[in-house]
Amino acid sequence: MSVLIWGIVVIDLLLVGGLALRAQLVGRGGVRWLREHVVIVAALLAFEYMLLPNVVVILFSFNKPNGRFNYTWNRFSLDAWLHPCNAAGMCDSLGLSLRIGLAATVAATILGTLIAFALGRHRFRGRSATNLLIFMPMATPEVVMGSSLLTLFLNLRIPLGQTAILIAHIMFCLSFVVVTVKARIAGMDPRLEQAAADLYANETQTFLRITLPLVAPGIAAGALLAFSLSFDDYIITNFNATTQSITFPMYIWGAAQRGTPVQINVIGTLMFLVALAAVVIGQSVGTRRKA
Amino acid sequence: MTVTDQSPLAPVSAGTAVADRPARRRLTPYVLLLPGVAWLAIFFVVPMLFLASQSLQQGTLETGYSLTWHVATYADALSTFSSQFLRSFMYAGIATVLALLIGYPLAYTIAFKVGRWKNLLLVLVIAPFFTSFLIRTLAWQTILSGQGPVVAFFQKSGLMALLRAVHLVNSDQLLSTPFAVIMGLTYNFLPFMTLPLYASLERIDLRLLEAGSDLYAKPFTAFRKVTWPLSLPGVVAGTLLTFIPAAGDYINSKLLGNPNTTMIGQVIDGQFLRVLDYPTAAALSFSLMVTIVVLVVVYVRRAGTEELV
Repeated sequence: MSVLIWGIVVIDLLLVGGLALRAQLVGRGGVRWLREHVVIVAALLAFEYMLLPNVVVILFSFNKPNGRFNYTWNRFSLDAWLHPCNAAGMCDSLGLSLRIGLAATVAATILGTLIAFALGRHRFRGRSATNLLIFMPMATPEVVMGSSLLTLFLNLRIPLGQTAILIAHIMFCLSFVVVTVKARIAGMDPRLEQAAADLYANETQTFLRITLPLVAPGIAAGALLAFSLSFDDYIITNFNATTQSITFPMYIWGAAQRGTPVQINVIGTLMFLVALAAVVIGQSVGTRRKA
Repeated sequence: MTVTDQSPLAPVSAGTAVADRPARRRLTPYVLLLPGVAWLAIFFVVPMLFLASQSLQQGTLETGYSLTWHVATYADALSTFSSQFLRSFMYAGIATVLALLIGYPLAYTIAFKVGRWKNLLLVLVIAPFFTSFLIRTLAWQTILSGQGPVVAFFQKSGLMALLRAVHLVNSDQLLSTPFAVIMGLTYNFLPFMTLPLYASLERIDLRLLEAGSDLYAKPFTAFRKVTWPLSLPGVVAGTLLTFIPAAGDYINSKLLGNPNTTMIGQVIDGQFLRVLDYPTAAALSFSLMVTIVVLVVVYVRRAGTEELV
């Protein structure tokens, strides 16, 4: 831990000091450079604050802890990476989270995209009421949504568990999909569709060949957001789960009380790398298309 | 314009006359809305009504509950848990201010100072999300723990004494203190602050700033008179997206705090799932919701931004 923090401090000093020194040497004044770039230095520190826990998670996936908790560095080991499912129950919870995440993503993306098209492309009575209804779940604390769903399920004697969790996840992912897709629709050039119509494309053809491909990145972004929200949710899920439906975040929560297996960090690291790769590939494909 | 008028795909801004359209077209938006809106109505609005009703009921788990309009539950619940209630809003408020102070330079730098690195840095802003936030919050236990370098730095630099003076820390450790909880809340919701700030900063026309400096505005004056006002929609959206989830959060206070940092979310969770006192739990939950709605409405009015979504 000490090595990591000191390493970061040294890199910062070398980076900022080096740039200031360069400014000094080319005769622009090192102190002046620092004063002009104070905002960048602040941003650098903010980035480190944001990313430090991720670095710790990755490092500690190679730890061999001395005891039940993986909080202090003991010695290097690949055990957890070689046997990721050795932590009892963890891979089951991971599987459940992935299944719920995928199902919630598909449902929320379809329902949300339909709403986004209605809001983005049509003028109708009840528009602002709909906007408010979409906004409300995003402005409600999770604990309120989770507990209100619990009272609904209890009062109507709907059993808790996987189905209840899925219902809840679709509900809170929906608004985020709507907002993401709506922004994409609003940013589109309407002349492209008019051009298609001028070229005798009928409505279906225009929609499938022009509109949908143009909105697709927004739908993909919305789906990704929905999946990450669903996969990561603890508070709402906890209200609607039973001991038979332990999701991955619930598993981690339990582990935080009983003892944290290193395998948790392995999964955290894998997710981080896969998502990072997906975003980088997605961006490079996007830029190539533009070029 | 003729083409636009015939197309159901025409954007709203094109201003198609509703009356001219055939009935089928007029129904289209409602058909599109129906499934999603029904879902939200049944699983968001209706549960809120159940929550409100539950808070006014009396009874026990065994005998069942009946609606007696027992408003006293609210008075009892709020007076019993007033410290947790106030603490939640205080912590969330401090975390929001800190997130703004940290997120603004970050968003400003990405928007104006890094040129072609913009996209890469934006990815880094959302990168923390790629690891489950419970795992990341647990990582803070490692960072802040015992005799680590962070604690040593705080002790040597006198920051620890300062934190002790304002009662954010009570002994010589950082973990299990109010400081750790607020720091965790700030950390967890920082991307929600940074992204809206970036979105509004990025839209600013740089020629406005040039015009400012042409008119002899110093950089700070230009910021205060041009950049800051134009970024206000982002500030409003960012502070809301930070404050609301932070006020209801209890993961940071549970994992990084101590029994004296308990927030209202923890109480609601405990009353619902362990104490099984549903009316009290529902009253607290509903009070939290109403308080937040009132605060948000007042805040948005004062900030003068109606455009939220």
